[in-house]
Amino acid sequence: MGIKINDQSFKKNLKKNLNDDFMRAAMVKAQDLINKNRANVLSQLGDGNYQEWQKLSGEVRAHAIENLDFYLNQFAENVVKNGGNVFFAKDAKEASQYITNLAIEKGVKKVVKAKSMVTEEIGINHDLIDAGVDVKETDLAEYILQLDDWNPPSHMVVPSLHLNKTQIRDVFAKNGYSGKDIPEDLAAFARAQLRNEFVTADMGIYGCNFAIAESGAITLISNEGNIDLCTSAPELQVAVMGMERILATYEDADICISLLARNAVGAKNTSYTTFVNGITEEGAADGAKEFHVVIVDNGRSKVLKSQFKEVLQCMRCAACLNICPIYRQVGGHSYNSIYSGPLGVVLTPLLAGYDDFEELPYMCSLCGACTEVCPSNIKLHSLIHEHKRVLAEDKKASTFWGAGMTGAGMVFSRPWMYKLGTGVAPLMTKPFMVDGKIKRGVSVLKGWTDKRDMPALEKVRFRDWYTSRSKGGNK
Amino acid sequence: MKVTLFTTCIVDFMAMNVGKATVELLEGLGHEIDYPTNQTCCGQPMYNTGYVEKTKGTIKHFIETFEHAEVIVSPSGSCVSFVKEYPHILADDKVWKERAEKVASKTYELSQFLIDVININEISAKLPGKAVYHSNCHTARFLKVKEQPLQLLSKVEGLELVDFHNSDKCCGFGGTFSVKMGDISAEVADEKARYIQEANPDYLIGADFACLMNIGGRLSRIGSNIKVMHIAEVLNSK
Ligand code: SF4
Repeated sequence: MGIKINDQSFKKNLKKNLNDDFMRAAMVKAQDLINKNRANVLSQLGDGNYQEWQKLSGEVRAHAIENLDFYLNQFAENVVKNGGNVFFAKDAKEASQYITNLAIEKGVKKVVKAKSMVTEEIGINHDLIDAGVDVKETDLAEYILQLDDWNPPSHMVVPSLHLNKTQIRDVFAKNGYSGKDIPEDLAAFARAQLRNEFVTADMGIYGCNFAIAESGAITLISNEGNIDLCTSAPELQVAVMGMERILATYEDADICISLLARNAVGAKNTSYTTFVNGITEEGAADGAKEFHVVIVDNGRSKVLKSQFKEVLQCMRCAACLNICPIYRQVGGHSYNSIYSGPLGVVLTPLLAGYDDFEELPYMCSLCGACTEVCPSNIKLHSLIHEHKRVLAEDKKASTFWGAGMTGAGMVFSRPWMYKLGTGVAPLMTKPFMVDGKIKRGVSVLKGWTDKRDMPALEKVRFRDWYTSRSKGGNK
Repeated sequence: MKVTLFTTCIVDFMAMNVGKATVELLEGLGHEIDYPTNQTCCGQPMYNTGYVEKTKGTIKHFIETFEHAEVIVSPSGSCVSFVKEYPHILADDKVWKERAEKVASKTYELSQFLIDVININEISAKLPGKAVYHSNCHTARFLKVKEQPLQLLSKVEGLELVDFHNSDKCCGFGGTFSVKMGDISAEVADEKARYIQEANPDYLIGADFACLMNIGGRLSRIGSNIKVMHIAEVLNSK
């Protein structure tokens, strides 16, 4: 699949999601719940302390990104020391091919996979399936989505947020489930199905929350335990990581892990924090006998050299999605990218180009809530604005808006034009007026007036009132 | 004190009453008003749409129009927070950057001016009824003006201030966002209007006319009786 999740036009896609009342209600409920928990758990850090933590984790992440080549080398050397193999993939295709070839070469019949954004990004599932390998997603939500004909994830942390329990029951029914839509029963069914997969799999694939340079460990943070089965049952294991997921030391990881769970789901910690240190010792009952780390560039080194570098600090906690007023209304699929919400708005065009995603930077009211919450201290709203600037000025994306803004710039820097323009404007809006308000609109005003009234322009502007008053006129 | 007033373009041609209330309020407190009639817009709509270069002319015009001032006061936190961005936007040009810094450092949002600069303790306003305050994103988050409006409103005789669900969330205005992505913006405004209605107030008060226009536009469409008022109008109520 890769980064882009469907071929519909942005507008059509958006319309479909805006009409999906169930999904929208689920988003609102989930955002409110997660944010309540988040506020609660952050307040336990003590007054004002969160800002300190945020600053610190931002610095730790920035330091790693600033010295990425050094730490990547150190990390890779340590992985090899620990008996693992490292492959640097320049793009999605190379990464996916490496893993697929490995599977073919080793005669792998079945893969158990843990949820990870970067494996979505490189589209590994379909390549493996095309090569005749059976792939099983083992995260409960991803398992549901796989059974639902590979329905794409709509949230980075809660991928099947857009489905309700009845829909999930129907999906499971395709696989032999005959019970009710009770969450516990559904989970028990999935667990029973999956247990067998873990023990019969030949290969485990998982992501990487953080990679620790000083030791070569891969850090995995999860709640369901499925990742730990992926890291223990199969003898052949592959960790896939975006090349920015690096941290210098365990101490740095301590800071980031502390903030990751708090921001992602409003919990102090997740159920499992696992460090995978390469191949297992001789004679051990579980763990990898062969271990590969695939480090994916796929556009990241280009980002590293750009004015958007800061976005590489992201630790994928999804706090920015959970706070975003736009994500709340439109849901993850509206972004047409596996990376949605403010992070997606910044990252997607960088990794996948503007051609398919030039509308994304406008899915933002620049309210700044994302910047306020981001535990990696990324100024998300400023980066979104920078995308708008690049589109407007470097790419000249919309001649319509460009012309409008040229006009506005002329009017606003020339008082005589401004005075003339605002003087005659009430006349021009007259055709759209009903009962003293602007209730109809064409072109740009349509989206506004479909659901809102706009006040009429003043016949007497403030300046007219003020001038006549200072001349001793009406009060 | 001589207060130079930046009323903002939107107040000028869409909300004359807000400008009027600001003038009367400040004069009532004994200040002399200076209103440069060459003023236009702060440039925020163009800038936020991505047209940074095209905004510079407007910004320079603003600086020229206002740099003579002792203090610049505006009934819009959003526009004030944008004026604070000027030095950063004009960073390439040393002379203009310095002029921008001077202007930015003496520009205040109305409630910020009343509380932080002239430290008023009393306000002789009276408005009986129940109200909610919509905290505008740029005012609260970028300008860090959160408490000042609430402090002032608590001094208004007869006014009971109540909170509402997600009161600190964006209303969906966002300047040209509200027209470029009009349908999404309308949904955000709709949710805001619903939560405000749940609190059942007589008034919706805000410190930024643009957001009030956005939420008020939805309230008006659904036939609500809630009266939308700018904080300047509230503080000027007798
Ligand atoms: S950008 Fe910040 S808030 Fe958003 S997912 Fe990344 S770390 Fe979390």
